[in-house]
Amino acid sequence: MLRFVVRRLLQLIPILLGLSILLFAWLRLLPGGPASALLGERATPERIAAINRAYGLDQPIWVQYWRYLKQIVRFNFGDSIQTGRPVTQVLRTQFPGTVELSIAALIFAVGIGIPLGYFAARRQGGFLDSLSVVGSLVGVTVPVFFLAFLLKYVFAVKLGWLPPSGRQNVRIEATHVTNFFVLDGLITREFDASWDAVKHLILPGIALGTIPLAIIVRITRAAVLDVVNEDYVRTAEAKGLTTAVIRRRHVLRNAMLPVTTTIGLQLGLLLSGAILTETVFAFPGIGQEIFSAINNKDYALLQGAILVIAILYVLINLVVDVLYGVLDPRVRVR
Amino acid sequence: MTVAASSCAKSDRDNAGGGGATNGTSSKDTLVFGAAGQPKLFDPAFASDGETFRVLKQIFEGLVKTKEGSAEIEPALATKWDSSPDGKDWTFTLRQGVKFSDGTAFDATAVCYNFERWYNFSGALQSPDVSAYWQDTFGGFKKNESPDTPSSLYKSCAVVDPSTAKISLTSATGRIPAALALPSFAMQSPAALKKYDADKVSASGDTFQYPAYATAHPTGTGPYKLEGQDQASKTVTIVRNPDYWGDKAKINKIVFKVIPDNNARKQELQAGTIDGYDLVAPGDIAGLKSAGEQVLDRPPFNILYLGMNQKNPALAKPQVRQAIALAINREGLAKSSFPPAAVVAKEFMPPEVAGYADDVKTYDYNLAQAKQLLAQAGETNLTLNFYWPTEVSRPYMPDPKGIFSIIQADLQKAGIKIKPVAKVWNSGYLTDVQTGKADLHLLGWTGDYNDAYNFNGTFFGRFKPDFGFTNKPLFDAIAKADATPDATQRAEAYKAVNRQIMEYLPAVPLVHSPPSVAVTANVKDFVPSPVLNDEFSLVYTSGQ
Repeated sequence: MLRFVVRRLLQLIPILLGLSILLFAWLRLLPGGPASALLGERATPERIAAINRAYGLDQPIWVQYWRYLKQIVRFNFGDSIQTGRPVTQVLRTQFPGTVELSIAALIFAVGIGIPLGYFAARRQGGFLDSLSVVGSLVGVTVPVFFLAFLLKYVFAVKLGWLPPSGRQNVRIEATHVTNFFVLDGLITREFDASWDAVKHLILPGIALGTIPLAIIVRITRAAVLDVVNEDYVRTAEAKGLTTAVIRRRHVLRNAMLPVTTTIGLQLGLLLSGAILTETVFAFPGIGQEIFSAINNKDYALLQGAILVIAILYVLINLVVDVLYGVLDPRVRVR
Repeated sequence: MTVAASSCAKSDRDNAGGGGATNGTSSKDTLVFGAAGQPKLFDPAFASDGETFRVLKQIFEGLVKTKEGSAEIEPALATKWDSSPDGKDWTFTLRQGVKFSDGTAFDATAVCYNFERWYNFSGALQSPDVSAYWQDTFGGFKKNESPDTPSSLYKSCAVVDPSTAKISLTSATGRIPAALALPSFAMQSPAALKKYDADKVSASGDTFQYPAYATAHPTGTGPYKLEGQDQASKTVTIVRNPDYWGDKAKINKIVFKVIPDNNARKQELQAGTIDGYDLVAPGDIAGLKSAGEQVLDRPPFNILYLGMNQKNPALAKPQVRQAIALAINREGLAKSSFPPAAVVAKEFMPPEVAGYADDVKTYDYNLAQAKQLLAQAGETNLTLNFYWPTEVSRPYMPDPKGIFSIIQADLQKAGIKIKPVAKVWNSGYLTDVQTGKADLHLLGWTGDYNDAYNFNGTFFGRFKPDFGFTNKPLFDAIAKADATPDATQRAEAYKAVNRQIMEYLPAVPLVHSPPSVAVTANVKDFVPSPVLNDEFSLVYTSGQ
């Protein structure tokens, strides 16, 4: 297992190197540049040239790349061109928001998706099954942006049940220790702050979690249908085991294998795919930061944020593979 | 850095919540204002954008300031000022008994320290984005490090006595003293600047690293002090400066909450989680008003124009430029795509600016005459590329697509074929326009201070690829007007310049548009400034 983990970690090196080249080239191929973003209406060709000189953007691209590479191997992503803040600091302050949001979305997706998928399979062809199939189709096809807007309009604007945007009501004056606001409220015993942060997660969590929910429902349903027809389930039934034991030990555990992989992949996608949701809900996370960085051609911030997301994505996949081994001992043997 | 960020986020829960009236006028002790973007840094010398200025304006003061709700200047840290007959020496009499928020004294030595600091900027500090307003106003530095940087207008600063400072310039300019109202020229505590290494901006890879002063320790004389910036929740908090020399701020704490999305700002106001926000979308004004919120117009201090590039030989013909101006129904444009208080622009500056001429040549909508002029110019089969920006709205251009569509339709009616080119503001639009690729383009400007050069000089003071023309008599006239020491004579010189510009017609002035601010019904005495110098210390809230 250790060799497997080490090998997978080593595979990260060429992946990240390739990604860094792609990212670097992509950003520099985009029209415009930081200088015109920084100067706006007051830009002149001379000033743009002066800024490019000051930031070293007038040097050959391979010189710029080499300088960038030397920086990132020391885990230094530079400083945001827009705000002058170190990119690592931006990541430290903004990632917790996205992680909280992704967890909220995953809780929503898994909490509803697995039971729904399971019961849909158990009552194949029934009302619940049809509902889950149609519902998951709708879930996958409705654009996140539209859903987010709709949720916000109904539950925040019209009904006023939940806050329309942000991570926390600033009037609460909460203490932030880890920048995970829900956790911070628990640590500091400011439970109202914690509850307020939870309320801010509900609507964006649902909006972000809908696609994973739809996928998890379908995968769970398919996996359970596969497993219930296996010989060992019939054998278990013939042995006289109780339904509860059969479902827990034989059906669910085996059906969980593809579902676990899906959940892992979805978590990676959630971390990187919250840009739209964060934008609609003005939720200060890394997605919103990336959106602003794209608009402002903040090369350093974009490169740093996307690389870190890529690392996380690969690491999550690694965890999923390890977890797979835990759930299915046959994988470890192989 | 993290320590600073998290300590900034410390709670002050004992003082939180409603209540807490401190001066009999405030029912709430905290006002939350929705900002479209986050302040970049807290060192005003490095600031050039509205969101940064909004915060710094409360913490710092300059020698002069703008009158409430106006672009006119009035005394601030200087109680009076006078210039020599040649306009090169400016003597400022300073307010006495003023202290910076670190307890050190504000005096003539501090004034000269600040001016000498800006003049001596070197290395990264000479980058046009870092010291933007110094370079706009004073040109260059003591030792210019780039061949493109012009020589400095600033010559020296002398301490005549503790309450008198004399600033000497290399030549007269109409920009002084008006430009000194900009937050960029605010007075900062020399002791704090030294203590927190304010000038230690260093290049790090392809970006700059800023010192602790700019990120966490701004020290001015203003009615508020920085409490902290919470990056995780995107807020900046300022608190009342109890030692402020003037009337103390009415509200104890102001929180600027960054909400980039316009719709989200509106909804937060309606939900009561913020008390006000800037840059209200014109389409939201009626709804907000009917919901009982206040929508306050900034006096329009901006200009939207249609740029015409004379690199295209057809546009180098005066008749074609005039035909384009005559073909656009600007009254209709102002009514359909701008807030109700928008006005059609006669020239390239708003009427409040000294030097505005009421008798310039005008180009009222006249389609028949436009067609006639095109025929005279032999351009009846004219095709022009017309650039318009996407994914942006500017205070002077709230709806680029709508504005573009109306002008395109007007020009097509005159027989001009339009090739629309839509580009993202920061991903090609600005670059293409500013390197002269567009025949026609939409761009504009919000005035920084009340001086004609800030408008005319910015657009037409020299060759610009956007417009593609060289008109030496015009360039010289603008430079001469700027260097006229006497204010009355300078205004007359600028009036003549405006007549000259509208005769030559290098672009079409379109609309002066008032950006709007929304505040809840209980917010009192919020007076929007035309140059974004809103004074939050005067604002209070009444019982809810």
